[in-house]
Amino acid sequence: MELVQIQRRLVDYTKSLFMEGFLDAQFLQLQQLQDDSNPYFVFEVVSLFFEDSEKLLNELTIALDQPNVDFKKIDSHVHQLKGSSSSIGAQRVKNACIAFRNYCDVQNIEGCLTCLQQVKQECYLVKNKFETLFRLEQQIMASGGSVPTIELGF
Amino acid sequence: MTMEEKLGGSNGEDGGRDRFPIGMRVLAVDDDPICLKVLENLLRKCQYHVTTTNQAITALKMLRENRNRYDLVISDVNMPDMDGFKLLELVGLEMDLPVIMLSAHSDTKLVMKGITHGACDYLLKPVRIEELKNIWQHVVRKKKPDSKDQINASNQDKSRGGTGETGPTSSSSDQKVSKKRKDQSEDEDEEGDDNGHEDPSTQKKPRVVWSVELHRKFVSAVNQLGLEKAVPKKILDLMNVDGLTRENVASHLQKYRLYLKRLSSVATQQANMVAALGSKDPSYLRMGSLDGFGDFRTLTGPGRISSASLSSYQPGGLFGRLNSSAALSLRGISSGVIQSGHSQTLNNPINGFGKIQPAVVPANQNQNGTLFQGIPTSINQLSQNKPTNHFGEFNRGNDPNAFGVATNFQDARVTVGGSSNTLPVSSGNPLLLQSNTQQTQHSGGAFGNQPSSLGVTSLNQEPFDMNVRGSSNFLDHGRCSENWQSAVQLSSFPSNALSASETFSHEQLPSNNLQESISWTSSHLSSSPLDLSSSMANPANLEDSRGNISQVGLNNNVIQNIDYTTKQQWGDSRHDYNGNMNNSFSRGDSLVPASGPMMDQSNVISDKMNDVSLFSQFSGDSTYVVPHLDGEKSAFDTKSRSNDDFLFETKPQNGFNQNSFEPSENIMMSMIKSDQNNETPLMDGEFGFDAYSLGSCI
Repeated sequence: MELVQIQRRLVDYTKSLFMEGFLDAQFLQLQQLQDDSNPYFVFEVVSLFFEDSEKLLNELTIALDQPNVDFKKIDSHVHQLKGSSSSIGAQRVKNACIAFRNYCDVQNIEGCLTCLQQVKQECYLVKNKFETLFRLEQQIMASGGSVPTIELGF
Repeated sequence: MTMEEKLGGSNGEDGGRDRFPIGMRVLAVDDDPICLKVLENLLRKCQYHVTTTNQAITALKMLRENRNRYDLVISDVNMPDMDGFKLLELVGLEMDLPVIMLSAHSDTKLVMKGITHGACDYLLKPVRIEELKNIWQHVVRKKKPDSKDQINASNQDKSRGGTGETGPTSSSSDQKVSKKRKDQSEDEDEEGDDNGHEDPSTQKKPRVVWSVELHRKFVSAVNQLGLEKAVPKKILDLMNVDGLTRENVASHLQKYRLYLKRLSSVATQQANMVAALGSKDPSYLRMGSLDGFGDFRTLTGPGRISSASLSSYQPGGLFGRLNSSAALSLRGISSGVIQSGHSQTLNNPINGFGKIQPAVVPANQNQNGTLFQGIPTSINQLSQNKPTNHFGEFNRGNDPNAFGVATNFQDARVTVGGSSNTLPVSSGNPLLLQSNTQQTQHSGGAFGNQPSSLGVTSLNQEPFDMNVRGSSNFLDHGRCSENWQSAVQLSSFPSNALSASETFSHEQLPSNNLQESISWTSSHLSSSPLDLSSSMANPANLEDSRGNISQVGLNNNVIQNIDYTTKQQWGDSRHDYNGNMNNSFSRGDSLVPASGPMMDQSNVISDKMNDVSLFSQFSGDSTYVVPHLDGEKSAFDTKSRSNDDFLFETKPQNGFNQNSFEPSENIMMSMIKSDQNNETPLMDGEFGFDAYSLGSCI
């Protein structure tokens, strides 16, 4: 594929992610932080996020599986997940976390379980999206091109 | 992420400073690695110099290592190893650096919490670069001198490097108490630096509990400096307590002063007496101050009292005198209770304050001391009470009086009264109690010190002290505090004592009675001033307390002597104090009850008695007194301490002469106020002091 085409694909794809709510403006900020001195910044941060979130999700699963659910702990995990997802701009994940927290506040186990599922799902989805994104970026860079910056016009 | 220094940026650490805000050095703390990484990069983008860590503890360590390496701290709120707010407070306290809080929560309560803990700003995650671009303003703001703009003006100074006040300041010129603000900034900073934790800057400092120990320190610091010259900053320096702010000290000082004042009014007469007694003073006064507190027992150190007071009960030496005289009798009791030495001081200190009539107090002291000790002395001691403050000390001065076994008690009374002065003098130092020891000086008005004594009663080492302190403290105010120590005991006692003192009706001082009274358990109270003690003693606590009360009994006598005038106030306070004292002493229960009757008496006595009252109270407890004097003290102290706490908390119990103390929420005041309020100035004072000490000076 031609560089230009790939670049265009990247741009379109990224835009669609925004449209679909997977990403928000924070992601753009991350992208802005990436520069020559820090060329893989976005990639690093996103990778970190997925590592961390996986751990958190595991903990949440275990915690909700206990006979005596420790809601404080759950709240704390969800809070962290919310913070990190919002830091990278993973909007849907963040929203799912907010809903999760609400159920946690009222100590609704069922609700929590449902939300957990949802968060997991969202994470999974956005992870795939990112992977696609990075692949495209890689292709561009491999072709010697530069990754186009996205302008959030809408 | 581990700390990474620096940034990719080019500015060297210092180089950047010149191009501030470029190169501003930021320490970022967040347990979430993603957020931390993002934050770090954002900050770098703003051209700041960034260091990161994902642990609050590490962050603190880094900051402590070199505070000057950073200009600003950004911290997450939710962290596993330490609460973000706690880190915020510590940083503010120790390093006076601007701290920005970061959180994914935008809960109003959290934001409020951040502000109250001293955060310069509260940002929500995800943080945007625009917001970060402006954070340097906080650094500038903080650096502005004194200003009140920062929460803690002092902080600012700190950052500025404050004037040299720090540390050693105590000796240096008085910081002008008045110029609190200024001082604050400077001193505080300085202090903060030196002391390290006192940074006033923390916006929200946790409430300080003026324990007996603390009060004792306070009182001794004040005594060291001299009441007139005691400024918060210096006191703070002297005390060298972590986490204590200048503001805490300032407010406590105020209370102590009031207390002493109260005492002094009562002790005026006593003071004279006390002075005459023999200026044990400073110690005496000290008695008031906190000695009373814990040392109440020490008061008993009749020896104490006696020494000072015995001889001269003269108001001058109030306690000292008291001790001498009273101490004489008390000697037995005083063994320290009266801290006769105090007495003098009481008087004197009181003078400072209100001149509580050192004489009075000292006598008390002794009285108390003795009283407590052997109760017999207590009387003297009681008289010693004067300083109430120092109960312990008072005795000294008073001894002759008070304990003189009542002989001087009159004087003692004065002293007592004086003591009262002294006691509270702490000027609202509820701490007095705590610091009682120091106080003696307080004799001055604020019987507040007294509280120390009173409160101190427990503090007073000598039981008597307590009495004395309580009373004496009150009396002495300042001194009382010392006495307070013993007074503390008194405190429990005081209440009784006060009452007892009151019963003493001044003159009765049958210090001897006290002795009896000490055991009096209120028998005395009614009849004679001693009654107070007796009554006080009754409180049973007294007895229990360690016989503190016995001192009380003595005190009663003493108290009576002590001056009922003071007592009056003191008495009131004493009552309260007694109550408190009792509490403190004996656990205060007995005292208090005794105080009831005693209180009345104490009221009477209160004049002088304030201290006395305390004593009486103590005497009442007599048991209190006596035992304490010696070894009990410690026991008593503890008791008193507890009492103190109690007292303080009870505040109103003693009514410490609340008059004197008053306002300060200090316990003393409350203590004094509660009961006595008026009557036994001393008594209350003393007690009050206890109460004061008891309670947290918060």
